[in-house]
Amino acid sequence: MIRRWLPYPLLSLLLAVIWLVLNQSLAVGTLLLGVLLGIGLGLAYRVLEPPKAHIRNFLLLGRLLLRVLGDIVRSNFAVARLIVHRDRRMHSGFVAIPLTLTDRHGLAVLAGIITSTPGTIWVSHDPDLSILVIHVLDLVDDQAEIDAIKQRYERPLLEIFQ
Amino acid sequence: MSHLDALPPWAAILVTVLMLLGASLACIGSAGLLRLKDFYQRVHAPTLGTTLGTYCMLAASITCFSVLHGRPIFNEILIGVFLTLTAPITLMLLVRTALHRDREAGSDYVPKSPHKP
Repeated sequence: MIRRWLPYPLLSLLLAVIWLVLNQSLAVGTLLLGVLLGIGLGLAYRVLEPPKAHIRNFLLLGRLLLRVLGDIVRSNFAVARLIVHRDRRMHSGFVAIPLTLTDRHGLAVLAGIITSTPGTIWVSHDPDLSILVIHVLDLVDDQAEIDAIKQRYERPLLEIFQ
Repeated sequence: MSHLDALPPWAAILVTVLMLLGASLACIGSAGLLRLKDFYQRVHAPTLGTTLGTYCMLAASITCFSVLHGRPIFNEILIGVFLTLTAPITLMLLVRTALHRDREAGSDYVPKSPHKP
């Protein structure tokens, strides 16, 4: 019964919360409309038949988000310094990273993390060979970059999604 | 500007610092478009404005209006959430387009496609 009306309970909950935050109120009318929106859009989403995500560890997901936020702040200042000082010796380049992660949702989150962090950008991913190519603005050591991505982001994502 | 007079000094200072920081980051990011050398370097620069630059502006807005109205107002957070979800998609599309063009042109700088030796 619950599955019938809430095929994507987490998505429906998120949509309802977004509606409440948008309206900045907990009035009965807003609450009711939020719940209706959550259920309605959740059902509409089912028509698209997206592959289901299985989040295994919410605590780890929260910790990962905090870590990413910290990394975003730090690399913001690092990239700002690079632009202001314009170091001529700065070397940029592509790095190929062999991935263990194959879950589509995990890869999507990894793409968001890498591209949101200034200084690194997701370039391409080959699902057959499971090789990810990123572009790094200030590339010092290829192996260090590979280890950083694998240790800091891929490992927690493997635990969360796979 | 009259209603902003109600803002206590500590909040005014905090809001100013956050706004200046956010604006500076967005400005440096835009300057990066001019100063960096090639497309793949330049595409890194606007992320300053879409990440910490925006977060600082949103924090300033949240602080300002929460203090003025005397209750927490935080619907600005949604701007940050939506921007964080959508900005990377635009950047990745731009990079992939550039990569496709450079590969077609036979550039040595970009990595070769694994399927076409």
